[in-house]
Amino acid sequence: MNARAARNVSWFSWIVIVIGAIYFLAPLVGTFAYSLTALRDQLSFAAYQRAFADPKFVESFVYSNLLAVATIIASVLLIVPTTYWVHLYLPKLRPVVEAISLLPFVIPAITLVFGYIRVYSRPVDVLGIDLIPPLLSTSASTNIVLVAGYTVLSMPYMYRAVDNGLRAIDVRRLTEAAQSLGAGWGTILFRVILPNLRTALLSGALLTFAIVVGELTLATFLGIPAFGPYLQQLGQHKAYEPSALTIVSFLLTWVAMVLISFVTRGDTRSAAGTH
Amino acid sequence: MAQTAVVTKSGAAFTLPRVRTIFITWLGVIPFFAFAFLFLLLPSSSLFIESFQDTQGNFTLANIVGLFDEPIRSGYIASIEISAFTALVGGIFGFLLAYAVTLGGLPKWVRSSYVTFSGVASNFAGVPLAFAFVAVLGRTGAITALFKNVGINLYDIGFNLYDFWGLSLVYLFFQFPLMLLIMIPSLEGLKPEWREAAANLGATQFEYWRRVAFPILLPSLLGTMILLFGNAFGAYATAFALTGGRLNLVTIQIGAQIRGDVLHNPNLGFAMALGMVFIMFVCIIGYTLLQRQTERWLR
Amino acid sequence: MAFVELHQVQKNFATATAVENFNLDVERGEFVSFLGPSGCGKTTTLRMIAGFEVPSSGTIRLNGADVTNLPPNKRNVGMVFQSYALFPNMTVAENIAFGMTVARKPKEEITKRVDEMLRLIHLPQLGNRYPYQLSGGQQQRVALARALAIQPQVLLLDEPLSALDAKIRVSLRQEIRAIQRTLGITTIYVTHDQEEAMSLSDRIVVMSNGRMEQVGTPFEIYNFPKTQFVASFVGTLNQLQARVSDAASGKLDVEGQTIYAAKPFEKMTGETVAIALRPEMIDLDGSGESEENHLQGTVEDTTFLGSIVRTRVRLRDSIISFDTFNNPNLTLPRASEKITMSFPRDAVLILEQNAAPVQA
Ligand SMILES: Nc1ncnc2c1ncn2[C@@H]1O[C@H](COP(=O)(O)OP(=O)(O)OP(=O)(O)O)[C@@H](O)[C@H]1O
Ligand SMILES: [Mg+2]
Repeated sequence: MNARAARNVSWFSWIVIVIGAIYFLAPLVGTFAYSLTALRDQLSFAAYQRAFADPKFVESFVYSNLLAVATIIASVLLIVPTTYWVHLYLPKLRPVVEAISLLPFVIPAITLVFGYIRVYSRPVDVLGIDLIPPLLSTSASTNIVLVAGYTVLSMPYMYRAVDNGLRAIDVRRLTEAAQSLGAGWGTILFRVILPNLRTALLSGALLTFAIVVGELTLATFLGIPAFGPYLQQLGQHKAYEPSALTIVSFLLTWVAMVLISFVTRGDTRSAAGTH
Repeated sequence: MAQTAVVTKSGAAFTLPRVRTIFITWLGVIPFFAFAFLFLLLPSSSLFIESFQDTQGNFTLANIVGLFDEPIRSGYIASIEISAFTALVGGIFGFLLAYAVTLGGLPKWVRSSYVTFSGVASNFAGVPLAFAFVAVLGRTGAITALFKNVGINLYDIGFNLYDFWGLSLVYLFFQFPLMLLIMIPSLEGLKPEWREAAANLGATQFEYWRRVAFPILLPSLLGTMILLFGNAFGAYATAFALTGGRLNLVTIQIGAQIRGDVLHNPNLGFAMALGMVFIMFVCIIGYTLLQRQTERWLR
Repeated sequence: MAFVELHQVQKNFATATAVENFNLDVERGEFVSFLGPSGCGKTTTLRMIAGFEVPSSGTIRLNGADVTNLPPNKRNVGMVFQSYALFPNMTVAENIAFGMTVARKPKEEITKRVDEMLRLIHLPQLGNRYPYQLSGGQQQRVALARALAIQPQVLLLDEPLSALDAKIRVSLRQEIRAIQRTLGITTIYVTHDQEEAMSLSDRIVVMSNGRMEQVGTPFEIYNFPKTQFVASFVGTLNQLQARVSDAASGKLDVEGQTIYAAKPFEKMTGETVAIALRPEMIDLDGSGESEENHLQGTVEDTTFLGSIVRTRVRLRDSIISFDTFNNPNLTLPRASEKITMSFPRDAVLILEQNAAPVQA
């Protein structure tokens, strides 16, 4: 490419980049500016103070964080041993597990929660025997359904991260080496496999966190007082506080993504989210 | 023969007797399949079964047929329109962005800031996203106010954040970044030798793009746009938070149906959900096939 | 006037000078190889001829026309890349046709030429295959056909065989040479494999550190290397340091033993010179013709290399190796045996001193 063509290309690129930057930054900058104008005739963080002071905010926000932690734990406990096991003993089953893990892409959250409500509002019976009680009838067991739902939503990311991680190391060889040195299963999993999956798990966990905190659909329809429904409610009758919390949510997502790009060293596909 | 014997021998130290092995081997994946059954397959298959039943539990196709009646039909059309539109615009501009940050001859920091930001934006959806746009382009938003100061009332000249175009504008906030993130590796996969070989054979930069680079990228371009389509099609939270349920999208209709049987026929509601899953399924199949094409070429 | 002329060509990158003071005339129909170790500037020179790099100074002429600043798509130069670089979205036939399609040649002409090309590379059946359905060797032949289809003024090949395995490498290089002869196309071939360069080229340009070390026919390069670098890079020459005992009669002192060079040379008596001895010209125990040189040493070891046996002999400090043809009656010298080697005077080559030290 000669120098003149290169200059044209970079002019064109700069224009595209600047348009993109304006589109992306305007809502954020605007929201931030708006959130500072809660007090008449002066800029202040009053909206933030008021938002944080609301006990319902604290409650719902803590609640959502707990849900995120529970989801991450459930997801790791479910995906890691299964994926490891499949790599080691049932490689033929891998396409099946992979297909199931990607299924949530096909089932939007709204239909998923619809199904949950349909199935778990009444007892699940097999041949006339109530195998599972109506989970949605108590708030404690509703939480189980919600965390399960979040685990489902995070499954594609978690699976992909762990599967890639396991593929990068020779699981069988590592396991056999550990076994030949007399290591038991627990030791192998915690001392050998998990450390090698650190990057994969961290990015999977951070992505799960970004998805769960602030999630609206499942939480609303299952009637859980999480941060997403709270924020949505707040927007109905307040002006400045929602803006403040929007900025906070953005910053949280941003921190999660920066950490991901830090642990994965910039693999662009690992941070791509779908809804 | 001899080799098999050796393998078995060395494996014997940590291989259990055969029958027990098979049992235990399958035991290892039971938790996963049980979970998948309870929280993925059971709910979706119950939607599926109910879709083909009337209220008495008899088999019927009436619910599927009913999807083509109003208001469901227009809900599907609205959802498909907004998804197609944002997939197209998001796809094109997202691709230009990806091109600019990879091959556009810009400094490295532009690429890395865009990639990080796109990770955030593609995951920043739902309520906060809707609020951000309301804060700048709502009736009292910051940019709306700016325009008012120079004498232009955006809402008088046809702009409305709470209609089709407004929601599209909001959806693009997560569509561009998704496109960008998925296309960057594809663009970086274009070998410099292809451009050089084309130039050598007399092709101009334009002809190289028309005959080589673009056709190579086309499957992943289309595939990713299909992914964007599905991404917008399944979105509920953003639309609900922005329009409060006034826009007639499928997801919004299903939400209303869950809240209180607005269709006066629960099974029709399940059929609606099933219709969504069906469309998403077609999307994923299309995406996978197109992705496979690219992988085959670039093997 | 030569067909391809490089005059005082120089290329500086931000960090390093890749090519300097490069002067070369390639005649029409000639096959010239650039030979040298990794990083010596072969590719850079080739890319300047193709137009992918603009020289920092100097001029490049093709068929009399100054092309130094001409963009690559205006040069009509065919290039074959190490990585094949076939367009993955096109069939073999479409790949070969690409240059003509871009030039908007009539359909019939394109079809005809593509068939011709497919026959030339012995793949007449594979026109409808995609690159991913071909082996590496087949892909590279298609790449060659694609480059030749536009009837380029010059064909450039940058290590076209180095991604292939050894057997195919040899057969394909013979094919390349045969095609080049048939078409009579001026060709520049980059390689770091001296055997490849020797077997293919009319002339070889040996390069090191961005400079031309020596230009000559394979025969000249192999038999009369001018510099220590060329001697060590081409073949397996024995390099020794010698002290000049008498320049006029070509008398040299090698670690206490005396040998003669074939010709007198312009060095002062007492000076140190680098000399080279060819392994295949050394015999075990010359029966003592007066013309011959002799060197005594201790056998280090012998290596069986199929048709030849290579023996390594220690003089005082240096080691010399020489080759004997294998035959069933051969009695190999044993390790630590004392032997005498003999060789003719013209086996002794006097080398120019290198500026930079060279690893053999
Ligand atoms: N674009 C570039 N920018 C900076 N330095 C370069 C560039 N291209 C080549 N060089 C440097 O120029 C020198 C010559 O490179 P060149 O590719 O011509 O070597 P080569 O002889 O082809 O080596 P090889 O056998 O490894 O292909 C090297 O030191 C290389 O690092
Ligand atoms: Mg090179």
